[in-house]
Amino acid sequence: MDLSLITPGTLFFYLLATVIVISAMGVALAPNILYSAFALLGTLGGVAGLYLYLGADFVGIAQLLIYVGGILVLILFAVLLTNKIGEVNITNLSQGLMVGAPSAIALIAILVKMALGTEWPTVETASAPTTARLGDAFLKEYLLPFEFTSIVLLMALVGAMVIARRAAKEGTKELPPETHDRLLG
Amino acid sequence: MEAFFNIGLNHFLILSAILFGLGLLTVATRRNAVAVLMGVELILNAAALNFVALSHYVEGGIGGQVVAVFIIVLAAAEAAIALAIVLAIFRHFRTIDSADTSTLQG
Repeated sequence: MDLSLITPGTLFFYLLATVIVISAMGVALAPNILYSAFALLGTLGGVAGLYLYLGADFVGIAQLLIYVGGILVLILFAVLLTNKIGEVNITNLSQGLMVGAPSAIALIAILVKMALGTEWPTVETASAPTTARLGDAFLKEYLLPFEFTSIVLLMALVGAMVIARRAAKEGTKELPPETHDRLLG
Repeated sequence: MEAFFNIGLNHFLILSAILFGLGLLTVATRRNAVAVLMGVELILNAAALNFVALSHYVEGGIGGQVVAVFIIVLAAAEAAIALAIVLAIFRHFRTIDSADTSTLQG
């Protein structure tokens, strides 16, 4: 075995790949949903590291800021809000693992076989920072999708507010008292 | 052995295939709605990683990175909507177990 083949880049990739796969398995299989949420942190952070490895510095930083700083906190918030903390078991039961796991493994095998069987016309590109070029691309050739994205974001945020607020009103008004007692008591 | 240590496109494709499979497993087997959402995030991450890797190794430009940024932004919008719906379901049913929230019989 030739040790000169092991470059820092190789070590970096395999370290991140191990973190990603192990924490993704944690998301899929952990018995407690809080552990799943924290395992998601490893996956998202590892993918951000791989973006940096590929020279996509802006995407990597955006992944850290939006996914780890925003979406993950939102998910943790939802987990803690929707599980009754007083109850002992914050269950996260998986059903159908006997069918699901072999299907997932078969799917992964098919995808890997396809990826390895295809002749990709690879080119050599230097890993240079791309933030300036990304900004140019967003304001020139991708301007229309960029503007549509801002509309989608606005609509999504207003919609999320409307859904959460209206449900709060109906939830307290519609349930008759005995149902309320039965559900809570 | 050299193919194992010389990181190339195939390494990234295999990694995102594994990530996608685990995400699909999460979506298919979890009964907690928030856990299903986490599976969707795994799938979106696998797709975005594929885009960036293919644009780095095959295209050589930044088209894939643009798509990855769009994926991240849309995932944020999707998470906000989905969690609002999850909270609304929780207020109504007092559970987010997808097996218990079926009022339509059929």
